[in-house]
Amino acid sequence: MSEPTREDAFEPKIVAFFCNWCTYTAADLAGISRMQYAPNVRAIRLMCSGRVDPQFVLSALREGADGVLIGGCHPGDCHYQEGNYNARRRFELLRLMLRDLGIEDERVRLEWISASEGDRVQKVCNEMTEQIRALGPLRLGTVPKVDGERASPAPATELVGQVTS
Amino acid sequence: MSKPKVAFYWCASCGGCEEAVVDLNEVVLDVVEAVDIVFWPVAMDFKVSDVAALADGELAAAFINGAIRTSEQAEMAELLRRKAGAVVAFGACAWLGGIPGLANLYSRESLLEFVYRESPSTVGDGVRPLEEFTAPEGTVRLPHFDEDVRTLDQVIDVDYYLPGCPPPPGLIAGAVMALLEGRLPEKGSVLAPDVALCSECPRADSKPEDLKIERFYRPYEIVADQETCLLAQGLVCLGPATRAGCGAVCVNANMPCTGCMGPTGRVVDQGAKAASAIASLIASHDEDEIATLAAQIVDPVGTFYRYSLPASLLHRRVGTDGSGNGKSTDATAPAGASTPGGAS
Repeated sequence: MSEPTREDAFEPKIVAFFCNWCTYTAADLAGISRMQYAPNVRAIRLMCSGRVDPQFVLSALREGADGVLIGGCHPGDCHYQEGNYNARRRFELLRLMLRDLGIEDERVRLEWISASEGDRVQKVCNEMTEQIRALGPLRLGTVPKVDGERASPAPATELVGQVTS
Repeated sequence: MSKPKVAFYWCASCGGCEEAVVDLNEVVLDVVEAVDIVFWPVAMDFKVSDVAALADGELAAAFINGAIRTSEQAEMAELLRRKAGAVVAFGACAWLGGIPGLANLYSRESLLEFVYRESPSTVGDGVRPLEEFTAPEGTVRLPHFDEDVRTLDQVIDVDYYLPGCPPPPGLIAGAVMALLEGRLPEKGSVLAPDVALCSECPRADSKPEDLKIERFYRPYEIVADQETCLLAQGLVCLGPATRAGCGAVCVNANMPCTGCMGPTGRVVDQGAKAASAIASLIASHDEDEIATLAAQIVDPVGTFYRYSLPASLLHRRVGTDGSGNGKSTDATAPAGASTPGGAS
């Protein structure tokens, strides 16, 4: 058997922002139903997809994610009436910006998944993992820093702390 | 008694920040009264050796404008850092990268190719300048052109930031006087109000409670009403996501805010936050229609990151840093700008 190459060893890291009422519940359902899906997706529960600030997406990519998945309620089903529409509006503009910044469409994805669609969580997570595996790792250039160390301008924890304070 | 010494210097900038100092008008006399300007290349004949001859920390303050793109700019920034008690990043370019920072959408190689070979206005045999050339009379050198545009604080430690393109005279005078009188704010402070521009906008009262945009316009496409909130008229005004302190000069000239005062303190990535603010105003629930409206914003990166790409979370376009990273290359440059300078 030959040594595994670097590409073989690549496991995509995907950060998922799931809304509390639909997609996170669906992910829970997938778990309860013992549906297997790619362990590459790390889910973060937010109250609403409308809470997904584009800064969260960029922070995730900067901190080492190869892709970001946003999951919310289907149109018309938002627990807060409008949140998922705002997610869609921001996502559409963010996607145009990411294209111009050299980031492939497949790396940032928005999906509507209702609380009963555990199988859809499974399908989307598997599909996205394979798409990003095919694209390869996202290698952002480093951000220069005075002391010469690689550093991001703001760790995600700091970002959240600032926004909620 | 000797007066405190200050220095002004420019890096990758247009000279507008120097104009802003001159724009202090008669206030500049108070400044000159209070300080000794020992270095200011645009206006006074002092040499680098004069700065080098100063003791470390002898300058009370160094005001440095412009982003950092060449080895010479980095060296001068480092020299002034050693000599100055306080370094002030002066203007949008020094703080966030500014307009020159948009060059981070392209690789160094493609920029040099375009400027020296491909540009329609290039005349000559396409020779690119050498960094070093030896003639019979001796060796001459040019500074190295760096891989990317950096903000001042990505090169040296910075004490304070003066925002704006250029900084408004009132803020400059206030900052200089605060430094001289020792009323020093916390290190790292941005010397401007930490609220959004809308809070000081003369049109704030005409901003609808539930502002929605049904079509985006570029300034040349409509004659904007002079009293009404520009966002309410469909113009991409970045007031909601931009720091106040400029007196809304652009809005007063009936032009939308382009964000030169930078983000407020709680924002990490100005472009992402501004895009978020504007996108959520789109007046549609339909996915296709939302996409169509979003696409009406021509050059979104140039619009929302106009002054802050090098300071942003991504810092530059992926795959253009010459390291062979990523699969993207210059072959898929930003829409409408397949080559530098080729934008519509």
